[in-house]
Amino acid sequence: MSTVAIPLTQGLSIKTVAWAVLIAAALALLPFAVGEYQTILLAYGLIFAIAALGLNLLLGYTGLLSFGHAAFFGTGAYVVALMVKYFHVQSMELFLLGTVGASLVVAFLFGFVSVRYTKIFFSILNLALSQVLWSLAYKFYWVTGGSDGLRVPTPTLLGGAIGVTDDKIHFLSHAYYYYVLVLFLACVLVMWVIVHSPFGKALQAIRDNETRARFVGIRIRQYRLVAYLVSGVFTGIAGALWVPLNGLTTPDILYWPFSGEIVFMCVLGGFQYFTGPIVGAVVFNYLKSWVVGATTYWQALLGIILVVLVLALPTGIVGTAKRIIDKARRAASA
Amino acid sequence: MRIVNLAHGNLYAIGAFVTASLVGNWLAGTRTLILYFLLPAGAFVAAAIGAVLEPTLLRPFYRRAEEYQLLVTFGLLMILEDAVRFIWGPYPLSASTLFSELGSFSIGDAIYPTYNLLVIATGGLAAVFLWAFVYRTRFGLLLRATAQDMRRASALGVNVNRVYVQAFTIGCFMAGLGGAIVVPGQSAVLGMGVEALVLAFIVVVIGGLGSLEGALVGALIVGIFREIGITVFPEIELAMLYLIAAFVLLVRPAGLFGRPA
Repeated sequence: MSTVAIPLTQGLSIKTVAWAVLIAAALALLPFAVGEYQTILLAYGLIFAIAALGLNLLLGYTGLLSFGHAAFFGTGAYVVALMVKYFHVQSMELFLLGTVGASLVVAFLFGFVSVRYTKIFFSILNLALSQVLWSLAYKFYWVTGGSDGLRVPTPTLLGGAIGVTDDKIHFLSHAYYYYVLVLFLACVLVMWVIVHSPFGKALQAIRDNETRARFVGIRIRQYRLVAYLVSGVFTGIAGALWVPLNGLTTPDILYWPFSGEIVFMCVLGGFQYFTGPIVGAVVFNYLKSWVVGATTYWQALLGIILVVLVLALPTGIVGTAKRIIDKARRAASA
Repeated sequence: MRIVNLAHGNLYAIGAFVTASLVGNWLAGTRTLILYFLLPAGAFVAAAIGAVLEPTLLRPFYRRAEEYQLLVTFGLLMILEDAVRFIWGPYPLSASTLFSELGSFSIGDAIYPTYNLLVIATGGLAAVFLWAFVYRTRFGLLLRATAQDMRRASALGVNVNRVYVQAFTIGCFMAGLGGAIVVPGQSAVLGMGVEALVLAFIVVVIGGLGSLEGALVGALIVGIFREIGITVFPEIELAMLYLIAAFVLLVRPAGLFGRPA
């Protein structure tokens, strides 16, 4: 059987490329326009966007809702923290390498067990498995610091070319911000290629109709497992990037409500769209930092937003915006 | 009924808080015998909340993919968690008079609180009543029919909406009762809902979704393994429970007593 070659540029119009370049340029120029606090906040948003992008390969493209992706985010974060603690590693590149390896192992173990199931079973199984890691991080306090967590100092970037500076805030809002931005853009690009490759098309076929996909000759379980691996690695990378920014990793990021937050991001942006999780993560990050500052009962407010979203706007921000724009266009042309 | 409610643990917590504030605060000093009869108050409040939640928030989702249910109940969990904090504040609430009043007795060298016997008796009674309700009454028959095939039950004249409300209300009642009955022995704290939910999930996964006897056996397994874990190797006590759940799902996806879907 020959594979059908689908050009990767399919669906990639000049307009899309122009928009992408424009947004990337805007993100690159941002540190000059706004303060250090805003830049760091945006860096958090971009990191969560990588995690949400990873989750959405499962949720949006494969039709599997994982309620346990905190496991990979936490794996990334703790691998970095443990590399610092036991091997005194400082290089960010080594951190990322270690994280990719570790998340691959965890994703393979979890994925091997969980991709046999779909729907709620898949969700809950993921939840249970991620809780295993949480309880380990929580209980083995002499390794992981327990609920106090582990501190992570600022790393060196690009093999030590950009070293540790005295001004940590300046480092995080400039050198580290660009580091995150470049990795974010790379992740978006890779995910775009994956989603538009024959492999990505096969995942969508599995999502839409499992039986038909099987009859066409797609090996469903293997495809799901590979999607799970990719998804886990993306979220793991996000965790590794998050730690130096936060300076500390605690078991909270392995706890299942954090998994819920990653899902929240995808739903907020609109998991039916490629850009949905990116928009959702960045908006969620702003939303949360604003709500947490505004009221003690931020959790309730976020909960209400989630319920309203799911009830009234199931296509999220991107879907709703698209609908409004389409409507306006039709009204203009009519 | 194939409803997965992530906010179920919060109803357990609400049951605990209601009973604790009623018995431990407002009516503290009343004759303790009366207080024992007031214990289930939390369960009734939880049931009332359930009766409101099902038609308003959950019903719109039966026709949509199951995943949306998880999302909406996750939102509900966040709301209820803060609602409890808003109403009762961040401090633990206790009703320990009921616990200490009964004293304890000893079996050999071990000292055992008498109140726990009451908890065991209540748990056993609740289990028997629930079983009788589901398997020996006309309502239980309609309930099981609706769970098996909602459309057909509806076509045969069952008021499906009413069955759903009633079933959900009973579920919430049981959650509230659980919370209400443990509160004299421990105390009501924030976050107890999430903790209970995760344990309840493990129980149900091990026992099998949609099986009452499974839930009972699962609960006993979890309880016993937890105690063994705490005494023998406390570090992996929780991890072991999750691993048991994952293992059961792997070997018997429907749980020990569940029917394969």
